[in-house]
Amino acid sequence: MIPAPFDYKRATSAAEAISLVGEYGDDAKFLAGGHSLLPLMKLRLAQPAVLVDIARIKDLSYIRDAGDHIAIGALTRHMDVEKSPIVLQHAPLLANAASHVGDPQVRHRGTIGGSIAHSDSASDLPATTLALGATYIAQGPNGTREIAAIDFYKGFLESALEPDEMLTEIRVPKMNGATWGFQKFNRRAQDWAIVGVAAWKRGTESGVALVNMGSVPVLATSVSKAIASGASISEAAELAAAEAEPQSDLNASAEYRVHLSKVLVRRALESVNS
Amino acid sequence: MKVSITVNGTAYENDVEPRTLLVQYIRETLGLTGTNIGCDTSSCGACSLHVDGESVKSCTMLAAQADGCSVTTIEGLAQGGEMHPMQKAFMENHGLQCGYCTPGMVMASISLLKENPNPTEEEVRIGLEGNLCRCTGYHNIVKSVLAAAKAQ
Amino acid sequence: MGGSILGNRVLRKEDPKFLTTGGVYVDDMLDEPLLVGAVHVTYVRSSVAHAIINSIDTSDAAQMPGVIAVLTGADLGLQPVPSSFNPMATRTLLAMDKVRYVGEPVAAIVSETREQGEDASEMVIVDYDFLEPLIDLEQSMASSTLIYESCGSNVVFDTTVLGIPENTGDAYFADCEVVVKGRYINQRVAPCPLEVRGAAAAWGSDGRLVQWLSTQHAQGAHAPIAATNGVDVSQVRVMTPDVGGGFGAKIGAYPEELLLGVIAKRIGRPVRWRETRSESMVALGHGRAQLQYVTIGGTKQGKVTHYQLHAIQDSGAWVDMGTILAPFMTRPMSSGVYDIPNIECRTTSVVTNTTPTVAYRGAGRPEATAAIERAMDMFAAELGMDPAEVRRINLIPKFLEPHTTVVGQTYDVGDYEESLNKVLAAADYKGWRAKQAERRASNSSKQIGIGISVYVEITGGVGNGESAKVEVLEDGRAIVYTGTSPHGQGHDTSWSMLTSEQTGIPMDRIELVWGDTDRVPIGTGTMGSRSLQQGGNAVFAVAGQLVDKAKSVAARLLEANEADIVLDKDRGAFHVAGTPAVSKTWADLAVAEKQSGGLVHSDVIGVAGATFPFGAHVAIVEVDTETGKVRHIAHTACDDAGKVLNPMLLEGQIHGGVAQGAAQALLEEVCYDPDGNPITSNLADYAFISAAELPSVTVVHMETPTPINLIGAKGIGESGTIGATPALQSAVVDAVSHLGVRHIDMPTTAERVWSAIQQAR
Repeated sequence: MIPAPFDYKRATSAAEAISLVGEYGDDAKFLAGGHSLLPLMKLRLAQPAVLVDIARIKDLSYIRDAGDHIAIGALTRHMDVEKSPIVLQHAPLLANAASHVGDPQVRHRGTIGGSIAHSDSASDLPATTLALGATYIAQGPNGTREIAAIDFYKGFLESALEPDEMLTEIRVPKMNGATWGFQKFNRRAQDWAIVGVAAWKRGTESGVALVNMGSVPVLATSVSKAIASGASISEAAELAAAEAEPQSDLNASAEYRVHLSKVLVRRALESVNS
Repeated sequence: MKVSITVNGTAYENDVEPRTLLVQYIRETLGLTGTNIGCDTSSCGACSLHVDGESVKSCTMLAAQADGCSVTTIEGLAQGGEMHPMQKAFMENHGLQCGYCTPGMVMASISLLKENPNPTEEEVRIGLEGNLCRCTGYHNIVKSVLAAAKAQ
Repeated sequence: MGGSILGNRVLRKEDPKFLTTGGVYVDDMLDEPLLVGAVHVTYVRSSVAHAIINSIDTSDAAQMPGVIAVLTGADLGLQPVPSSFNPMATRTLLAMDKVRYVGEPVAAIVSETREQGEDASEMVIVDYDFLEPLIDLEQSMASSTLIYESCGSNVVFDTTVLGIPENTGDAYFADCEVVVKGRYINQRVAPCPLEVRGAAAAWGSDGRLVQWLSTQHAQGAHAPIAATNGVDVSQVRVMTPDVGGGFGAKIGAYPEELLLGVIAKRIGRPVRWRETRSESMVALGHGRAQLQYVTIGGTKQGKVTHYQLHAIQDSGAWVDMGTILAPFMTRPMSSGVYDIPNIECRTTSVVTNTTPTVAYRGAGRPEATAAIERAMDMFAAELGMDPAEVRRINLIPKFLEPHTTVVGQTYDVGDYEESLNKVLAAADYKGWRAKQAERRASNSSKQIGIGISVYVEITGGVGNGESAKVEVLEDGRAIVYTGTSPHGQGHDTSWSMLTSEQTGIPMDRIELVWGDTDRVPIGTGTMGSRSLQQGGNAVFAVAGQLVDKAKSVAARLLEANEADIVLDKDRGAFHVAGTPAVSKTWADLAVAEKQSGGLVHSDVIGVAGATFPFGAHVAIVEVDTETGKVRHIAHTACDDAGKVLNPMLLEGQIHGGVAQGAAQALLEEVCYDPDGNPITSNLADYAFISAAELPSVTVVHMETPTPINLIGAKGIGESGTIGATPALQSAVVDAVSHLGVRHIDMPTTAERVWSAIQQAR
């Protein structure tokens, strides 16, 4: 199967990419690693008229220590996030989550920015960066703006990005020694999570987010509130699905997803990784 | 559109439709049919080859995206009539049956060992999560990769 | 000579090609002269499960770039073709009056490129009147909506029409002290050869049709292709390139393949066709799909005295091979390895609005084995006995003369208890039971499950023998022609070993020819684990006969008595016994025979019947009782396939079989929504098992040769699947049996296991 015909444009800078997409409007899509978009295009579930290839924009692939946070260029590949000493040291939860995306071939091509911009609640990195309280930087024709992860996910495959805005950077607060756990529950290793949990905890502070527990990645604020007010991990984990609206599908009923989220949140929070 | 791609050490320049997948380019334009297509969803890995030394699924990459890159396919592994150690390991350990997944499996396995030269059995199994085989039950594929690692 | 090559771990001759340039599968034939200028066929498929076709509008599609023709059944003048398995059911190769499943071909687009065909296929508009979709088997049996009106019923085959009485029900078990009932779903699975279907067709200047086909049986496709094209078989040549797996699903020729010659003739150009995986998942035949009502009864001491099985087979939307697997494969094997004095087995095959079912690795025997093994476990659980012990009580004792079960099936040889003993020892059965007890005592959320199966199956049940031809060329090389059709099994290596053993011609001087109806007109193909015991056996016999023929030629040339001629296999030369200095090589003899038709011999070598490989498997799983997630952590298989030709190839078959068994037991299932839309129509949704879900397999060797053929071999292609599936299913149930769970249907997904635990609590 191959995509329906389209025009291909290659951008060498973010500004050029944004102006190209502006020119073609709704018919245009950014192409980064292509590992979210091309499969949809092959199945003809997406038929953009123009692809703007942004993968060659060299200055958008980087990982930097920026003091209280790490800054990751949107075009940084999963494999680079997974293996980065900076990410491993300051945001090990993110490095671990990146190592669970797809399979090695996917991680050689897929990018963190592409995954987040695609806004699939079943993907690992949107929920993980949400749990970590990340901020996303978007660049549009009129400059850049910051969007908190919590404000970014608007609906199924729908983000706060304007059509002519491009995600350029992901800022992830340093974890500063927090314990963390990433739980991906799936049928096969290469599959998307049936339910996934990214969680960290530092004393009574915590961040917990759920993969595939609704149309958007879910921040399990009830769990964090309970921990902040002294609840045990097991008690708090019972509230895992309080903010979630899971669906039933081929792989799991909604009821089972709710159950799984509780078990997996508990396990993620109990984990002693740091 | 025009693309310039070096494949197995030879530089090619061709006109392709923008929607041409890298695997189509390799198979149909260049006639290198060792790389196979087994699915539509980036699931099976039969089309795995190396782009700039790393395994990718060539069904999920446009030829346009490989413009300027160096590609290695199964046909480019043997040197001077001598099989690559991974090819030898697959032969000696009966790591293939019908042969259809084999080129992709070999390419993925070489990339795996490049990133993890001394994997455990479990690391090999997880490292090959993106390559499906229906014949071997993976037993001898895993054995082949472990043997190749040991022979390094 | 350094002894026989047979029985040795000989590396495959096939491999260098596959490993360096890749095989030449049908879609790789870029250099074939007859296919120069070939155009592409794309089939438009039904998007609905059951509907009357009012009209098919092809006008927009015909205007698309590169489109040469858009052809419907009416355009091609297609006539209904009856099913081989129930002639009351008829269909046209492109649906004309109604569609019966999502994926059924309704039109063919011919285009210059494949992409153009894909683009145009979206433009064909079919106007449907929807009919009730019949997806569930029992719903279809009860419905007044008929999928084939001409059959008068959705039941298209039943053992009662063979004169086998209906099952008598509960009264049958009146004398039993213990009775256990079950309703088991042996779910529908997709065979998933990694190479999907593909074919090409070209009419030569001589007026003959050449068709290349990714098939397990070119000779079987020959007549149907000729018939579809309205020509004599002599006018058709079917050729088989490398084939990327079949698993039973590539035995028969499909409508998409049969029509290619017709389309090529119509447009006057050669054609190629290759389906996509998304098409393959709905249009390549599916496997299994059996619903089983099982009752087992016996004494409190663990002796099973009565067994009753009603197997309801889902035929899917065509009366294809799947229909007859239940009556002719499941039923005869319903007794399994057990000596059960009273068995009733009825099978009922039913059409539904789903993809037609065909043979899939094991084809009816895995279903028989799963039923009796699951029943045996439930019987043991009811009695609180060890499942190994209950099996031991009921096994047919070792027999080296044919044994006939109460359902009338005769097995060749068997030593079931020995296979059970071997596998239990190799798997450390006692050790695992101890570990299981510890985990249970500690109330761990990670529980151990141990599953046992003991099985017997039927192989070489297809065909009564096989053709072989061995020809020695003037340079001393040999060409071996076989009616079997390798697609991963390694026949090139195996048949070379057998030929070399007889002739002394080195393996690398032997070439194998198969799957070409001009060069090998007679052949039954590769299926039903028949190849070595019939095809290999024939090659072995014919090569031996050629040696005899060569001796007579040598006698003539050496002016000696034929009886005094010996073959020195080390040198590949014939001489008079005692005078090796004067000899004639194979090449010499081939040159001498050049004028009289060459040094060649061919024959069809019969066998006395089917063989019955057996064995036992132990599967170990770890089940997370909080989530239901199952991990397959160890597997031990003892499969007795009789005399072993090449242990490396045998083990490869077992490994692959175990993986497919594990896949069915743990993960894979073809699913439809209630409207009949497939929801597992690609490899992202269908849980095709990967390396990460499997352990390595411990293989325990056991050889009980069969007297049925010269080489003493039985089949091994399907044993692994037959033994592994029930062992895995049992292991999962066993892991949570202490929580009160007695049965979990396959695939034992995490949610199913979790639900079973919740219900038991």
